Amino acid sequence: MSDLQDLYQEVILDHGRNPRNFRRIDRPTAEAEGLNPLCGDHFHVYLKLDGERIADVSFEGAGCAISKASASLMTSSLKGKTLAEARETFERFHKMVVEGDREQAKSLGKLAVLKGVCDFPTRVKCASLVWHTLQSALKGETQTTTE
Amino acid sequence: MTRAHSRGGEQPCQDCLVGFGADKIREDFPILWTKVHGKPLVYLDNAATTQKPQVVLDALTRYYTEENSNVHRGVHFLSQVATQAYESSRTRVRQFLNAAHDREIIFTRGTTEGINLVAQSYGRTHLRAGDEVIISAMEHHSNIVPWQMVCEEKRAHLKVIPINDAGELLLDEYERLLSDRTRLVSVVQVSNALGTVNPVSDIIGLAHSRGIPVLVDGAQAIPHLPVDVRALDCDFYAFSGHKLFGPTGIGVLYGKAARLEQMPPWQGGGDMILSVTFERTLYNSLPYKFEAGTPDMAGAVGLGATVDWLERLDWAAVHAHEQDLLEYGTRRLQEIPGLRLVGTAPEKAGVLSFVLDGVHPHDVGTILDREGIAVRAGHHCAQPVMKRFGVPATVRASLALYNTRGEIDALVAGLHRVREMFR
Repeated sequence: MSDLQDLYQEVILDHGRNPRNFRRIDRPTAEAEGLNPLCGDHFHVYLKLDGERIADVSFEGAGCAISKASASLMTSSLKGKTLAEARETFERFHKMVVEGDREQAKSLGKLAVLKGVCDFPTRVKCASLVWHTLQSALKGETQTTTE
Repeated sequence: MTRAHSRGGEQPCQDCLVGFGADKIREDFPILWTKVHGKPLVYLDNAATTQKPQVVLDALTRYYTEENSNVHRGVHFLSQVATQAYESSRTRVRQFLNAAHDREIIFTRGTTEGINLVAQSYGRTHLRAGDEVIISAMEHHSNIVPWQMVCEEKRAHLKVIPINDAGELLLDEYERLLSDRTRLVSVVQVSNALGTVNPVSDIIGLAHSRGIPVLVDGAQAIPHLPVDVRALDCDFYAFSGHKLFGPTGIGVLYGKAARLEQMPPWQGGGDMILSVTFERTLYNSLPYKFEAGTPDMAGAVGLGATVDWLERLDWAAVHAHEQDLLEYGTRRLQEIPGLRLVGTAPEKAGVLSFVLDGVHPHDVGTILDREGIAVRAGHHCAQPVMKRFGVPATVRASLALYNTRGEIDALVAGLHRVREMFR
C-alpha cells in the first residue's frame, strides 16, 4: 500500500476535495478546454495576463482526484509567475511526472506531492492534462486532448 | 443440458460436463492463476474482454505449428488443411448460433466491423434523404457512429429509443418511432454499460410487422445467453470472439442469406471475387463476397475451438451461477455506504456498474488495481449513457462464468479500502 499512500497523500486528497481557484475568470486573456477521451476528464482553464505576468489563473471541470489536485496545485503555484517561469515549472513538472525524475521535486514546491504519479503509468495523463490545457491556452488553441 | 440443447430439442452430447463449478472451470484458464501486484488476480473486466481457456490457446498454437497456410488458394496439402480448419469453424459457429446455412456466417474482425459492414453495405444502398435508422439510448459507440456516418452521407436521420432511470428501453416510445421512413433498427441485446437485457424478440417482432429489418449487437449477450438467430428471427447478428473466451481479431456477422445476397461488397480485394479484368469484376458468392483479403485464419480456428469448449458446458448451471453472482454482487455492493448502482433493470446480465460518493471512478480503479482487482473505470464507450445518468464515468465490474463469490467479496473489501483512503 505504500506507493498508493504516496499517490493519495493528504495534500492531494485535500486539493481534490476542495480545489483552489475553481472558478471561471470573466474576460480572460486566454482559455482552453482539455479532454481525456479515455476516462472523460474534462477541464476548462482560464488565464489573465498582465504583460508577461500571470495575474490570475483558474479552472473548472470534472475529473479524478489526481487531475483535480493537479489543476488546483498548478493554478496556485503559477499565479504571479512570469510566462518564462511558468514554462520552466511545466518542464520540471513534466520531467518529474512523465519521466520519473524525482530530483525535480525539490524545486517544485507544493507540486512535489504529485511525484508519486510516475509510479502509476495509467494515471500520468490525469496529472498532466490540465498542464497541456494551459499550454494550449497560451498558444491560442482552444482545445486539447491527452490522445 | 448443453447450450444447444437449451435452445432446441437436441439430445445432450455424451461427454458434456455434468453440473458446473466455477472453481473447476478456473483450472482451464492459466491467466487466472497469476498474481497482480503480489495479489491473486481478480478479473472483473470481462465486458471489455474475457480470458481464454487452455484449449483455445492450444488450438492457436496447433494451427501455427501444424496447419498454417493461406485459405482458398493453394492446391498443396497445407492449404487444404487450413481451408478445412477455417471452414469447419464456420460450420461450428453456424451450429452454435443455430443459423440455417454456413454462408450466412461472415468472419469479421469483431462486432464493430460487423456493424460497419451492414452500415456501409446495406445502409448505403437502402438509405435515401429523409429516411430513418433507429438505435437505442444505451448503445455502445460502435452501434452509434457507423450509423451517424452513413446517415450524414445520405442525409438520413438517426432516431433514438429512450430509456428509463433503471436503464430499460421504453418500448412504447420505440413503437412511436417506427415509421414508413424507418429503414433499419439496430439495437444492443445486453448493454455493456448497464447490463440491461433488452427484449430483442419484441423489438424484432414490432419492426418486422412493418417490414423493417433488425440488426442485433450481441457483443455482450453471447457470453451470457443462449443465442438462436432463427428463433430470434433477427436479420443480422454481430459479435466478437474475444468477449466469448475466444481470440482477439475475430468476430462474426450473421445475416439472413436473402438479405446478404442483395447487398453489395463493402471491401474489395482477393477472395471476394470470381474473376477480375480491368473492365469488370465478378464478385464471389456468400460468404466470401464479404471476406476480402486473407482473413484471420488462426482466429477463426481459435473461435471454432472456443465454441467446442462452450458447447461442452452445462449451460443451465452456468446461467444459474452467473445469476447468483449478479444477485450476490448487487446485494453486497448495496451494503456499501455512498454507493449507487447505475443500471438496475430487473433483467440484467454480467454487469455491475456503479459510482461511489466523493470518489472518482478512476481513483477507485487505481486503488482496486493495487489489490489485484481488475475493473473498468470510465465511460465504457457509451458516453450518451453516462450523460443520461448524469455521471461522467462509472466503475464497472463485469462478470464471467469463471468468477466466484469470493471475488465479489474481494471487490467489496477493496471498495471499503477506497472509502477509508478518501474518508
